Amino acid sequence: MSLTPAARAGAATAVAPALDRRRAKRHAAWRRRRLVLLLMSPWIVGFSAFFGYPLVMSVYLSFTRYDLLSPPQWIGLRNYRYMFNLDPQTWTAIKNTLWFIGIAVPLQVLFAFGIALMLARARRGVGVFRTIFYLPAIAPPVAATLGFVYILNPATGPVNTILGHLGIPSPLWFQDPHWAKPALTMLSLWSVGNIMVIFLAAVLDVPRQLYESAELDGAGPLRRLRYVTVPTISPVILFALIFSVILGLQYFTQAFVAASVGQGQATQAADVTSANLGYPLDSTLFYPVLLYKHGFVDFQMGYASALAVVLLTVSFAVTLVIVLNSRRWVHYGGALR
Amino acid sequence: MSGVGITTELVRRRAPAPVRRRKFLIAVANHSLLIAAAIAFLAPIVFIALTALMTNNQALSSRLWPHPFAWHNFVTVFTTAPMWRWILNTLQYSVLATIGVVLSSVPVAYALARLRWRGRQVAFMIVLIALMLPPQVTVVPLYVMWSKLHLVGTLWPVIIPNWLGDAFSIFLLRQFFVTIPEEYLDAARVDGCGELRLLGTVVLRLAKPAIAAVALFSFLYTFNDFFLPLLYVGTQPHRWVLSIGLSEFRSLHQVEWNLTMAATLLMMAPVIVLFFLAQRAFVEGVTLTGVKG
Repeated sequence: MSLTPAARAGAATAVAPALDRRRAKRHAAWRRRRLVLLLMSPWIVGFSAFFGYPLVMSVYLSFTRYDLLSPPQWIGLRNYRYMFNLDPQTWTAIKNTLWFIGIAVPLQVLFAFGIALMLARARRGVGVFRTIFYLPAIAPPVAATLGFVYILNPATGPVNTILGHLGIPSPLWFQDPHWAKPALTMLSLWSVGNIMVIFLAAVLDVPRQLYESAELDGAGPLRRLRYVTVPTISPVILFALIFSVILGLQYFTQAFVAASVGQGQATQAADVTSANLGYPLDSTLFYPVLLYKHGFVDFQMGYASALAVVLLTVSFAVTLVIVLNSRRWVHYGGALR
Repeated sequence: MSGVGITTELVRRRAPAPVRRRKFLIAVANHSLLIAAAIAFLAPIVFIALTALMTNNQALSSRLWPHPFAWHNFVTVFTTAPMWRWILNTLQYSVLATIGVVLSSVPVAYALARLRWRGRQVAFMIVLIALMLPPQVTVVPLYVMWSKLHLVGTLWPVIIPNWLGDAFSIFLLRQFFVTIPEEYLDAARVDGCGELRLLGTVVLRLAKPAIAAVALFSFLYTFNDFFLPLLYVGTQPHRWVLSIGLSEFRSLHQVEWNLTMAATLLMMAPVIVLFFLAQRAFVEGVTLTGVKG
């Protein structure tokens, strides 16, 4: 507040209130900033320590050889070269993950959409049906996987028992490299409730008038679906699809548990972390499982970081697509319903 | 489900007979499909429950119906495996993490939704990105960090980050906070209520359903979590949580499927009970994450 005495004298009466106001305003702005900082502080600390820092570190470690015991040793691009040129498991893992994203994910979205459509049309028992379809989605993945490994086990499992009675040749499911992924797909369809509930809300939100005018124009149920329902909820379909892809990229628990329980060999307690990854014959060796193997079974932290950086790049590309489209689906425009 | 209800509703509308018949048939077909799908969804649970009630010998055969019912399996599970220890560890993780998530995410979400400041949009974008990137991307350096702090082998590495904001909860709460009408807040502001007190009173009271949903999801997520506990306590059997214990149950204790399924059912039970106690919070919460077209 440096004002010449003359100015102060000349404009004392006029300026003083304005000055006060400006000072008050600045004070308020500072208090506001302090408030924002206070409220955001948990996230600022958490983001830096558990997100920003490890992201940067991942990139650095990916250029090193590091076994946790001796300090990281710079080896340039060798991890990446080994990954793509020499390690045959990398391509197996990429293929398995692509299989899941290319086949299981679209099936999940279609299946969830189909059930949501049927639920939206149902007149009776909607609540009961919705509960039945939603519940498996919140069942603990480990428990759900164990259940499926049991139900589909070739020796005493009920599914093969029933198939046997019907005279249908029964697959070996989790014991057969060709059937392990389809079995996991069935498990993922069983847990599709989250997307289903989102679809149901979207379908019920489609304005009635649209259907009525389409019906007046002579559109049958299929064409109403094609030209009214699907276009109206398309942002939600996009959201569900990309979200499922992202979950597909991190698919780990079910594959890990199915492999270790499926093989069913007695393992030592100390061995729990390493047993049977990818069983049978690497058919359930998804990309995150491979990352786990290198990082936390073999403790090749540098190599695992290189795998993580590739996963990061791919997920980031997918994420960017969502965020760039987020205006279409994140903002409610004021009202929830 | 009952044809009577459907017809009366149709009669009330008084559509021409052929249309009415067609609509009725479509409704019947729709409900039949729904019932078939519901049976398929229930079948796994039914088979798990039936096997959980079988004796050892029955579980070794390919019989589908238990005879006699072996209710004691649920007791035997507790004597075969250190279930109580696993449960205590799980509760330690879930309860501490859930309290932390709620306490740390509410203020962040409020600042993102309701205060105007430079960088807010960027911060929200970063939250979205953090929400969508797989946890495997940051897991290696974090493991290195926790091992330098000598905390690998304990549950702290999976608990502590939850006290510093969780991207999913921030996102969900923010989505709710933006829907609170500005007039409510302004009314309180005019009465001389400071921003912090506003958050502590008016906003918290209005946001109760969203906070309940966040707490539920957080509890559920940590209760079900397998990957992170596996990393940090996988080699320490006395620190195992239920999900790890269950995944090793069969091979470790050399038991038959009946006991394994009993343990599986025991782990599913709390989740199912929780769902029925808080069904509305669940469904509203999920709908909140999904977006409006």
